[in-house]
Amino acid sequence: MMSANLTELGVAAIRDGVAKGEFTAVEVAEAFNANVAAASALNAFIVATPEKALEAAKATDAKRAAGQPLGKMGGVPIGMKDLFATKGVQTTAASHILEGFTPQYESTVSQKLWDAGAGMLGKLNLDQFAMGSSNETSYFGNVISPWRRNDGGNAALAPGGSSGGSSAAVAARLAPAATGTDTGGSIRQPAAFVGISGIKPTYGRCSRWGIVAFASSLDQAGPMARDVRDCAIMLEAMAGFDPKDATSLNLPVPEWEAGLNGDLRGKKVGIPREYRMDGMDADVAASWDRGIEWLKDAGAEIVDISLPHTKYALPAYYIIAPAEASSNLARYDGVRYGLRDLPDGAGLQDMYAATRAAGFGAEVKRRILIGTYVLSAGFYDAYYTQAQKVRTLIAQDFKNAFTQCDVILAPTAPTAAFGLGEKSDDPLSMYLNDVFAVPASLAGLPAMSVPAGLNREGLPLGLQIVGKPFDEQGVLNAGLAIEARAQFSAKPEKWW
Amino acid sequence: MSNYRIQGATGEWEVVIGLEVHAQVTSQSKLFSGAATAFGAEPNTQVSLVDAAMPGMLPVPNRECIRQAVRTGMAINAQINKWSRFDRKNYFYADLPQGYQISQLYHPLVGEGTIEVILDEKDPEGSTKTIGIERIHVEQDAGKLMHDQHPTMSYVDLNRSGVALMEIVSRPDMRSPAEAGAYLAKLRQILRYVGSCDGNMDQGSMRADVNVSVRRPGEPFGTRTETKNVNSVRFVMAVVESEARRQVGVIEDGGQVVQETRLYDPDKNETRSMRSKEDAHDYRYFPDPDLLPLELDDAFLEECRASLPELPDAKRHRYETALGLSPYDAAQLTLEVETFQQFEEMLDAVVKASGKAERDLAKRVANWLLSERAGVLKGIDQGAAHPKNTVAANVALIVAANDGVISGSKAKEIFAAYLTSDIDLAAEIEANKQTSDTGAIEAAIAKILADNADKVAEFKAGKEALFGFFVGQTMKAMQGKANPQVVNELLRKALA
Repeated sequence: MMSANLTELGVAAIRDGVAKGEFTAVEVAEAFNANVAAASALNAFIVATPEKALEAAKATDAKRAAGQPLGKMGGVPIGMKDLFATKGVQTTAASHILEGFTPQYESTVSQKLWDAGAGMLGKLNLDQFAMGSSNETSYFGNVISPWRRNDGGNAALAPGGSSGGSSAAVAARLAPAATGTDTGGSIRQPAAFVGISGIKPTYGRCSRWGIVAFASSLDQAGPMARDVRDCAIMLEAMAGFDPKDATSLNLPVPEWEAGLNGDLRGKKVGIPREYRMDGMDADVAASWDRGIEWLKDAGAEIVDISLPHTKYALPAYYIIAPAEASSNLARYDGVRYGLRDLPDGAGLQDMYAATRAAGFGAEVKRRILIGTYVLSAGFYDAYYTQAQKVRTLIAQDFKNAFTQCDVILAPTAPTAAFGLGEKSDDPLSMYLNDVFAVPASLAGLPAMSVPAGLNREGLPLGLQIVGKPFDEQGVLNAGLAIEARAQFSAKPEKWW
Repeated sequence: MSNYRIQGATGEWEVVIGLEVHAQVTSQSKLFSGAATAFGAEPNTQVSLVDAAMPGMLPVPNRECIRQAVRTGMAINAQINKWSRFDRKNYFYADLPQGYQISQLYHPLVGEGTIEVILDEKDPEGSTKTIGIERIHVEQDAGKLMHDQHPTMSYVDLNRSGVALMEIVSRPDMRSPAEAGAYLAKLRQILRYVGSCDGNMDQGSMRADVNVSVRRPGEPFGTRTETKNVNSVRFVMAVVESEARRQVGVIEDGGQVVQETRLYDPDKNETRSMRSKEDAHDYRYFPDPDLLPLELDDAFLEECRASLPELPDAKRHRYETALGLSPYDAAQLTLEVETFQQFEEMLDAVVKASGKAERDLAKRVANWLLSERAGVLKGIDQGAAHPKNTVAANVALIVAANDGVISGSKAKEIFAAYLTSDIDLAAEIEANKQTSDTGAIEAAIAKILADNADKVAEFKAGKEALFGFFVGQTMKAMQGKANPQVVNELLRKALA
């Protein structure tokens, strides 16, 4: 098979093709390595590791030759968000403060993927410390979406964030799949922006050990791939109990791929009325309506549900996440690793100030300041305690809703991809892009985005499915039903 | 109630004391990591990735540390909270890699308890006082800065970083240096009995923050100061005294006591200001999102309770009642774990060897241990740790003396000889066997009475005290090997 065609394949097709001997894992790795090397204009990778991809591919081919099992991800090269610690390979969280930091350890999730036969194409760009919705906060420059509007202009678009390197790489065929992390929509929104699928599993499904922390109670890893099946396969490889993460779920990993079934007869799909907001983008609203029809067509019953505290989700999120971040990021102090800025004659406090001033970007500093403020004496109860109460109410909203339905359908984001620079001067409007994604994060629920079509500008739109705790299968199955009917086959025209 | 008063220029002052004791939990590994905890290791050789706060590392609670804190709580009859939670205490310092200490502010593991102290150790029947314990919580220790390694830089040793501490917070129930000292000593004794802390204050395993304020008797509490890291009972008493006198001086000079943190300088026997409330940190406590609440089940609590040893008060009471020991002896024997362990081991062995009841032997063994043996060791300038000071050797001598095989004084002589030379203990006892051969003793008595006819006359005239002289002479003639009881009987008969 020609290498140009190999990069059109997804996880399942590569895994099966390698297993059947239709092509070798090395051929696959070489094809994707070539695409990565040729796509520097997208700035999707901070570091490319073609040798790692080849090494894993050779191991897979050798196993096949020896008649050994190849693993769930055997022969599949993937991109690794640069938030996952990778042993011997620079891990930066797209920050200056960790530039040059090379961990002596491998994150649990990435190790599981390597153990399952995957190989690493490189470390993917992201918003700095995963804080952002456009990838513009990366110290290493923003990722540019492979998509362009159909207006003939060449405006550079945001690939979404924070997993923007992941979304761009998968959409541009630089990788068949990539890891993402989702704190308040960082898998789902970028997946929606570039027309791919991505799932954030139930909080605790994937170990957080070795993932640079943003907001511990929200951070969750998940796969980003071309379709629902590929997400199911990769999530199986990533998930599982980890005794090194005290918040890890001690549950067996279901066989999600084997359980895929787009027949939704007997299932109820909830449509949250609070998500239909005034002034909603017409294309987004239409896409949502089409999604409802598709799920009906798949046999589901549609029910109107209420999530009354939705409007408080975003403010609560922007208290809780920065609060945790302000503490989680205290370890970047110039003492033990990463950047150290030690002005002449400086004492310890001066070193902290200089190192952190130089090492963190503006958005990270903004969130550290917000987080420090909401935790300080005299403000803690008004902000942090109140936000935690809201979080409880939002979780209760979902719990109530799930007595009436099995999954919830909503848009992933209020808009299609926006242009780079369009929102970067206005943090609030940037934060609003997470309005549909954040509630499921606060409630720790599994949620995925699947491509649902293009808007009038020719840009992808995503639909979001939110499920009950631990019911990734229900989410994937509803995603599969949409995927089968959306027949989304658009891909960005290569310009890079 | 204590009548301790400070005599100021304007009248009497009462001192009010509360202690916060940090006790290092005895465990093989740290509170949230698998790194070792041994004292005195080379710097930075007992540091895990978690202790060094590498990016993406996560804490996992060490069950043994929790168990030890729960057992400690049970030993002071405290409320054990089945639901508790860890909080982060945020501040920057070079010995604190995470930028926060994991502690328990809002929901401690152990609630209210009490400790009863004897105010004068030498007078165990004297007055006692109950000191309230407010709480015990579990937290991480920090690392250590070393300022003597480099002319301009400080070095950091993270061996202690993450070691589990119990913070044991008393009520402000103490009113004199003696009470504070007795409380700390009793607390140390309980911890050592329980085995939850080795109590080695000189190694920093136990250290106290001493809260002191003064007031006119009967008036409300005054402003307190906190003197940090005081590491002996003697120093705690000295801090209370010097700090109380300082405060009285400040007030009587028309000033006000400032709420502040102070340090004790043992060389000058004074405290000095470390930092005042104005530059106190805002620690921004909030629940650690990396850790789930700690929930203890009944089986765990039952196991903790069942594993508790006999505690100091109960043991002392049993020694007095069941073994018939004096309150003084009981107090002395139960003071240190090593002492009561030796006592019980010896008593057990003596009971087995002689077939007599515990109660009939306890006094004998106690005397030997506290007085006779102690005297021997002191006489040869040795401590109890002398390698030949074994239970077996002690028991052989106690049994031989108790059975009348050798005399008590002979036992001491033999023991001293045994410790300082390489004689065979059994052979020495055999060689010094005292005789009950009435013929030999009668012959010796006859000669003594004949040689001392004048004294015999005086005795018969009523100078009863001379009986001791005849006993001594007889024993001397018998080279110390005569059974004193037999000598007594025969002398009485001969002098009748």
